[in-house]
Amino acid sequence: MARAVSTRRKLAVTLIAWGIGIAIFFPILWTILTSFKTEAEAVAMPPSFLFFDWTLENYHEVQERSNYFRHFLNSVIISVGSTLVGLVIAIPAAWSMAFVPGKRTKDVLMWMLSTKMLPPVGVLIPIYLLFRDFGLLDTRIGLVIVLTLINLPIIVWMLYTYFKEIPSEILEAARMDGAGLRQEILYVLTPMAVPGIASTLLLNIILAWNEAFWTLNLTAAEAAPLTAFIASYSSPEGLFYAKLSAASTLAIAPILILGWFSQKQLVRGLTFGAVK
Amino acid sequence: MSTAHSRAAAKAMISPAVLLLLCWMIVPLSMTVYFSLLSYNLLMPGMEEWIGLTNYEFFLTDPAFFTALSNTLLLVGGVLLITVVGGILLALLLDQPFFGQGIVRILVIAPFFVMPTVSALVWKNMFMNPVNGLFAYLAKFLGLAPFDFLAHAPLLSIILIVAWGWLPFATLILLTALQSLNPEELEAAEMDGAGSLSRFFYIVLPHLARAVTVVVLIQTIFLLSVFAEILVTTNGGPGTASTNITYLVYAQSLLQFDVGGGSAGGIVAVVLANIVAFFLMRMIGKNLEA
Repeated sequence: MARAVSTRRKLAVTLIAWGIGIAIFFPILWTILTSFKTEAEAVAMPPSFLFFDWTLENYHEVQERSNYFRHFLNSVIISVGSTLVGLVIAIPAAWSMAFVPGKRTKDVLMWMLSTKMLPPVGVLIPIYLLFRDFGLLDTRIGLVIVLTLINLPIIVWMLYTYFKEIPSEILEAARMDGAGLRQEILYVLTPMAVPGIASTLLLNIILAWNEAFWTLNLTAAEAAPLTAFIASYSSPEGLFYAKLSAASTLAIAPILILGWFSQKQLVRGLTFGAVK
Repeated sequence: MSTAHSRAAAKAMISPAVLLLLCWMIVPLSMTVYFSLLSYNLLMPGMEEWIGLTNYEFFLTDPAFFTALSNTLLLVGGVLLITVVGGILLALLLDQPFFGQGIVRILVIAPFFVMPTVSALVWKNMFMNPVNGLFAYLAKFLGLAPFDFLAHAPLLSIILIVAWGWLPFATLILLTALQSLNPEELEAAEMDGAGSLSRFFYIVLPHLARAVTVVVLIQTIFLLSVFAEILVTTNGGPGTASTNITYLVYAQSLLQFDVGGGSAGGIVAVVLANIVAFFLMRMIGKNLEA
């Protein structure tokens, strides 16, 4: 007997769910709205919700006064760069662990994961000093290196769980037909692996974009991505609510959109395949 | 069917990742251990000397350490409590059929994608500010005195800000787990006369146990290292009221330039994280065999 859901019940659930959904989303919505207000309207009491003079002035000013685009570009370069480098290193590793598993494959995987659990403060000082001595402080390349390394375990793990699902019979069939390793990778594996690689790419860009320990500690003005740039609003600039909102909206919008596309992969990626 | 040739190739393909991670782990970590045994201040270069375990003695007997330790535990525990309980309730709600399910799901997930510095500043200024914040307005509207959240309840405020960001994560994972529950099992229980509460406690909750464990362990790893939210809201203050271990080590090493003391604190943080990691690794390892 299929359970018939009464319309009244469905309407009630709809009301509650939308109420809670909007409440949770409200700080983001409020930030977006405030970014279109003037500074006076942003702190007006009572607050105006929709009926104010919409303006783009804040976006203009944020760019003018602080060269916002530079920090935005830093974020893009650092998050995309570290993800691509990570993929180049991780794809061969995950491929061989998934298709040519050895006795110690599991140990290697677990060990890789354990490096992710190293708290960053445990290595903050040496990394800071090494960066200082090698001239990597406040450089994009320095951050690409660090973010590649901290996210490498996640990339390997995600790819591994995806590759694991490609049936190995297909590879054997290709081998029987005389395909070499190169052809095997190029013509058989790659097309089947593309969706997994794409999801990994997406999730990792999100993680790198929002990373806020190393970006705050290793950058100053030059290479600061948006995480660090926004932090400079902590005082007293932050009291300019409309400008803070404009800067924040631009910082979260791209990742919000990417994130919504990757919600399914999120669960799998962040639980290392423990929940699918 | 793997040949010796493909085995060698496989090794060659794993080694870059392994070597890089090995360097990333061993080089800086052994440097931290080494520094932690020195009297080493960046303001006095060339004065480093071997002092054995003195830094640990100082760090572990510093009253700030106990405050930071208890703050760390409160922060982790508080956020876990809010996100797990809230996440289960939200997952149960979102699992019901209703209009616009997809959109509500997107709204609920959104906070997870907001970078920590943005969420902390938005909450601090636009909501919790005692003069211009929305909460202050609400309080006045209701005839109450506005409450200065970050001055009078700094740790609680940070817990709320961090929990807002992690609630979507817990919800999403618990919802995924909930959807894998066999509906026939629930129907059978209902036919047998089980009420909705007993269905929840005897069927749904045990089914979610595994996902809850995963949420708790993974969040703990990240929550032990909360940093940006503290940096941009309270700077660990007032005093050390909202300093956690991560922030304490940061302050000691990069604000006071005490490399030796900071390193000892870093190693203490590593030991704490390892205790949690031990359990997490066992969970995931078991899953790998299945």
